[in-house]
Amino acid sequence: MITLRDVTKRYGEVTAVDGVSFEVPSGEVCVLIGPSGCGKTTTLRMINRLIEPTSGSIEIDGQDVMSVRPEELRRHIGYVIQSVGLFPHLTVAENVATVPKLLGWERRRYEPKVRELLGIVGLPPAEYADKYPRQLSGGQAQRVGVARALVADPPLLLMDEPFGAVDPLTRERLQAEFVRIQRELKKTVIFVTHDVDEAIKLADRIALMRSGNLEQYDTPETLLDHPASKFVHDFMGSDRALKRLGRARVANVMRTVESTTGGARSVVAEACGGSRFVYLTDERGVLEGWVDCKVLDAGTPPEEAGTTVDWHEAAVHPETTLKDALSRMLGFGFRNVAVVDADGRLVGEVSLAAIEGTMADADTHIANLEEGEVLGAIPEESPAERDELT
Amino acid sequence: MILPPRMRPVVAAFAGTMLFAWIVGQQELWASVLGSLFPESARPVYPAATVAELTMQHLRLVGISSGLTLLVGIPLGMWVTRPSGADFREIVSAAVDFGQTFPPVAVLALMMPILGFGLWPAVVALFLYGMFPVVSNTVAGLEAVPRTVIDAARGMGMDRARILFTVEMPLAARIIMAGVRTSVVINIGTATVAAAVGAGGLGDPIIGGISVQNMAYVLQGATAAALLAVVADGLLAGAERLLTPRGLEA
Repeated sequence: MITLRDVTKRYGEVTAVDGVSFEVPSGEVCVLIGPSGCGKTTTLRMINRLIEPTSGSIEIDGQDVMSVRPEELRRHIGYVIQSVGLFPHLTVAENVATVPKLLGWERRRYEPKVRELLGIVGLPPAEYADKYPRQLSGGQAQRVGVARALVADPPLLLMDEPFGAVDPLTRERLQAEFVRIQRELKKTVIFVTHDVDEAIKLADRIALMRSGNLEQYDTPETLLDHPASKFVHDFMGSDRALKRLGRARVANVMRTVESTTGGARSVVAEACGGSRFVYLTDERGVLEGWVDCKVLDAGTPPEEAGTTVDWHEAAVHPETTLKDALSRMLGFGFRNVAVVDADGRLVGEVSLAAIEGTMADADTHIANLEEGEVLGAIPEESPAERDELT
Repeated sequence: MILPPRMRPVVAAFAGTMLFAWIVGQQELWASVLGSLFPESARPVYPAATVAELTMQHLRLVGISSGLTLLVGIPLGMWVTRPSGADFREIVSAAVDFGQTFPPVAVLALMMPILGFGLWPAVVALFLYGMFPVVSNTVAGLEAVPRTVIDAARGMGMDRARILFTVEMPLAARIIMAGVRTSVVINIGTATVAAAVGAGGLGDPIIGGISVQNMAYVLQGATAAALLAVVADGLLAGAERLLTPRGLEA
C-alpha cells in the first residue's frame, strides 16, 4: 500500500504539487492524470525520490521513503518512462539484468529471471536477448523497459507515460499486455498519463490532478458518473457511453468459434457446418484467415473462398477493451472480429451484437443519470452471421 | 580467415606500426635515399644520432606529455560535467582554449628560466597545448549521453559514480577517443619544436638542419615525424573502434 500524506513540492515561488494525499491499495493500478503541468509526473517522481518533496510524507507499506537511501529505495521500485531509456551499449539481456546486478544477485540467479521476463513481455529470449536497443522497434524497446522494471520482482511499479511514444496500434497492444501481465503479477502500479482513454482502460483508481491539486480520486466509473466538479466532468469528456466501453474486456463477451487448418474442400465444408464463415488457422492454431462458406458452396476452390489476414492487425486479444474492439470492427467494416492470444492462436470471436448488448446496459445507465448522450450509430439488429457492414 | 569488421583497422594499424619500426631501424636505407635526393650534400644523414634513437626520444617526449594530458584532461572534463564542477566549466574551457592558442614555442621560452634546459619545459608546453581537444571532447561526449538514459539509470537505483563509469563513459568513449587522437597526433608534430630547448627527438635534425643549412636533415626529421604521426593516428583509430561499444556501431 502506498500512502501520500499532504505531499507538497515547491520550486521557489511555484508550487508544483500542493498538499496531495491519497492511498493506493496493494495490487491496484492508480492512474495519475491531468493536463500538462498539473504535477502528476512530479508526484510520481517523489515516490522514488527522483524529486525530494518539500513537505508531507510518502509511505510504502508503512515505511517512510525518506528513511531509506534513495538508491536502495529505487532498486526495489520498478521504473518505466516514456523514452524507455535503455542503455544503448548493452544488449537486451544486459539491460534487463541491470537491477539484479545492482542488488548483487549472482548470474545463475538472474539469468533465468531475465529470460522469463523477456518471455512474459512477448520477446522470445532466443531471438531478442543478444540484440542491441538500436535493433528494436519502439514497441519492442518499451517491452524491454517493462521487463527491466519487473525483473527483480518489485512490489511497486512507477510508470511515466510508458506508452506515450508509440504508434496507436502498438500502444493498444502494449496496453492489452499490461492488463494481462498485471493480472498475473498483481503489482501496485502508479501510472502517469494524459490520455483519458488509457486511464479508463487501465485504472483501478484514477487520481485526477489540476495545477498541483488532487481534483478527484476514485474509480473510473465514479469519475464518469459522479464527477466532483465541472473540471472533472469536462476532462473526462462527453462520450461517456463510449468511454464506459473502455472498461469492459473482450474476454467477457467473446464466444468460441469453429476453425479448420484448411485443405481439401470436404474438410473445410465440414468445418463450416451451418455457419456462413469458418476461421482458418495453421496447425498450431494461429489465425491465418477465414473462408466464406457460401462462396465455397458455390463451387469456388477453398483457396479462393478464403481471406488471408495478419492476426496482428485483424484480430483482438481477450484483454482488449470493447471500445477498441468496436473501433476495429468499424475500421474493417466487419460485424465480428477474431480473438487471439498473445501468440496469435485463435480463442474465439466477439460480435457487434455482443458489444451492443453491453451498450444497451450502458445506455440505460446513462439515461438514468442524465438526458441524451445515447449512441445512435449502431444498428438495432445485427445478423448472427458475419457480414459486411456496408 | 575473415576478420570481424571492428578488428580490421586494428590489424591494419598493427601492420603499419611494424613497417614503420622496420623503416626506422634501417639507417643505411635513410642514408641511401637521402643521398640520392641530395647528391650534392656530403653528409645527407643527421650524424649525432640514428633515426631509431631520435624516434625513441620523440616517443618518450610525446608519451610523457600526452600521458599527462590524458591523465589530467579526461578527469577534468568529467569533473566539469558533474554538479560539483559545473561552476568551473567556463573557466576550464577558457583555460584549455588559451592553452591551445598560446604558441608552444612561447611556453618553451617562458618555462626555460623555471625548469631549465631539456625534457621538462618541453613536456609542460606540449601538455598544455594538447589539453583542448581532450577536455572539450570529454565534455562533449558526456553531454551527448541522452538525459533519459541517465534518468532511467537513476530510477533503477544506480549511484552517480556508477552511472558515470558504467553508462556515461562507455557511451562517450568514441567522442573522447576522437579527442585523444587529435591531441596525440598534433603533439607528435608539435614536439619537434622541443628540440629548441634540448629535449631531443625528431626535431633535432630539423633544427640542426636549419642552423647548418642542410635540408637533408630537415627532410629526414620531418619525414620520420610525419610517418610517426600517421602510425599513431592509425593505432588510435583502432583503439577508438575497439572502445566503441558494439551497441553503438552503425
